[in-house]
Amino acid sequence: MIEHFAAPPHWGWYIVGYFFFGGIAGGAYVLGTMLRLWGEPRDAGAARLAFKISFWVLLICPILLTLDLGKPFRFWHMLVDARTLGIAFKYWSPMSVGAWVLTVFGVFAAGSFVEAWRPQSGIGRLLSGPLGRPFMIVGAALGLFITAYTGVLLSVSNQPVWSDTWALGGLFLASALSAAAAAIAFVAIRRGGDAVVSNAKLFAADRYFIILELVLLVVFFLTLGAAASKVLAVRWLVLWLIVLAGTIIPLAMYVRPVLAQGRSPLLAPGLVLLGNIALRAVIVFGAHA
Amino acid sequence: MAKAVGFFTDETVCIGCKACEVACKEWNQLPGNPPEFLDSFDNTGQLDAQNWRHVKFIEKSPAGRPGGVAWTMMSDVCKHCSEASCMEVCPTNAIIRTEFDTVYIQPDVCNGCRDCIAACPYHVIGFDEHRGLAQKCTFCYDRLQNNLMPACATACPTQSIRFGDLDEMRRLAAARVEQLHAQGKSEARVYGDKEYGGLHTLFVLTDKPEVYGLPSAESAVLPRRNNRASYLGSVATALLATVGALVAIRGRRATEVRGEQAP
Repeated sequence: MIEHFAAPPHWGWYIVGYFFFGGIAGGAYVLGTMLRLWGEPRDAGAARLAFKISFWVLLICPILLTLDLGKPFRFWHMLVDARTLGIAFKYWSPMSVGAWVLTVFGVFAAGSFVEAWRPQSGIGRLLSGPLGRPFMIVGAALGLFITAYTGVLLSVSNQPVWSDTWALGGLFLASALSAAAAAIAFVAIRRGGDAVVSNAKLFAADRYFIILELVLLVVFFLTLGAAASKVLAVRWLVLWLIVLAGTIIPLAMYVRPVLAQGRSPLLAPGLVLLGNIALRAVIVFGAHA
Repeated sequence: MAKAVGFFTDETVCIGCKACEVACKEWNQLPGNPPEFLDSFDNTGQLDAQNWRHVKFIEKSPAGRPGGVAWTMMSDVCKHCSEASCMEVCPTNAIIRTEFDTVYIQPDVCNGCRDCIAACPYHVIGFDEHRGLAQKCTFCYDRLQNNLMPACATACPTQSIRFGDLDEMRRLAAARVEQLHAQGKSEARVYGDKEYGGLHTLFVLTDKPEVYGLPSAESAVLPRRNNRASYLGSVATALLATVGALVAIRGRRATEVRGEQAP
């Protein structure tokens, strides 16, 4: 087994928050695209809501990432080589690729947001036409990348736990899609309106995402081997319980709707969102125990 | 390009005086961390943003002396790897290879993202809270540019830290190991001639590398090794998730059976 002696990077809540919100931004765009392209006409409201959530949540991401930097005003060094003023890009460094994809994805999220918010505007009309479909598909591909690369970024290190598994990218992707479905449903229920009619589809999709997430959690622990003891230390018990509550309980409620009767409709999506933050926190912090 | 330089650190003649630590802090104007009482005679604890040299005090029980303690002292420092994990992941190109073939963090380019800290397998790089930068040994880059030896090697009173052309350091290390073998210390070995494409800081050790907090040759692998498997795992998950979402969104049954009720 590979043994390194790496120091912890002390990534804290800003990074956990970015992993959470970035996942929702990317996942919501993917779900918005799917609802728009392959849903029924009555899913249009949920698709619009998904694009709006994707954009607003995405705005939080660069703020969190910048605040986490030791030199926040040098955030642009992620994209531009400060010495040569050429492009700073390394395809083998997920942080470098992620900074670029996040920037480019911002264009797609903003475009689809404008189309959803003001369909009669110039951009709205442009994206409602034949250009809209390829635009959304490219945006969704970038969104999927955003949901996954944060897990890959952790693995592409020499940190114990993170670098001992290949499952983090997939795990973050599945859980981000789950959180995005939950976020769209949550906001739709809170706001009411036409978006709520698609909630059954979102919950059905979330069922698959949660199953994938649970399978990948098992794979995660199997690939960790002895290193699993670090993330399973007693101090992380509460976070793991929240992760379990955020997956098992909503899954049970989706599979057997009778379990949801008499309970707030916000319970299942709320638990998914909480579990999602807890999962990212326990993986980011647990490696440093 | 100037000739590649290197350190050769001989653990067998280190007396733990910490002159290297002091000289490093003096020259590089490092204020140091608040003093602490730690195990043994170690009061700096680790390499970090304030400690670019760190004398490790490793306590071992000598064979045939139950309950006895023997110290092994080793002056640790950045390895200036030929294949540097920190340099590989740095997204800003702040970490560069100098004309002396050493690894240097440009303080005016680093933005303090700390990806390099997660990548370094030797626990070398630290985050300077005051300056907001990742920091580590510069190999006294400013001194090298002025034909001076690094401060630590200059101060070392026992020549445990030697400095010179990298090839010369390799020869010295190999010769020292031969000498130790001739003296009956069969466990003596060179560390750094194979790991990460060859280190610019070679050590003579008398035990397994892990005892000194150094990864073995088998463990000396780069972060990018995980790119392919992690991305492939993500793509496979993305495909499955997309199929699942399509089934859910296109499947009329979901809406028909459950109506519009949230759970």
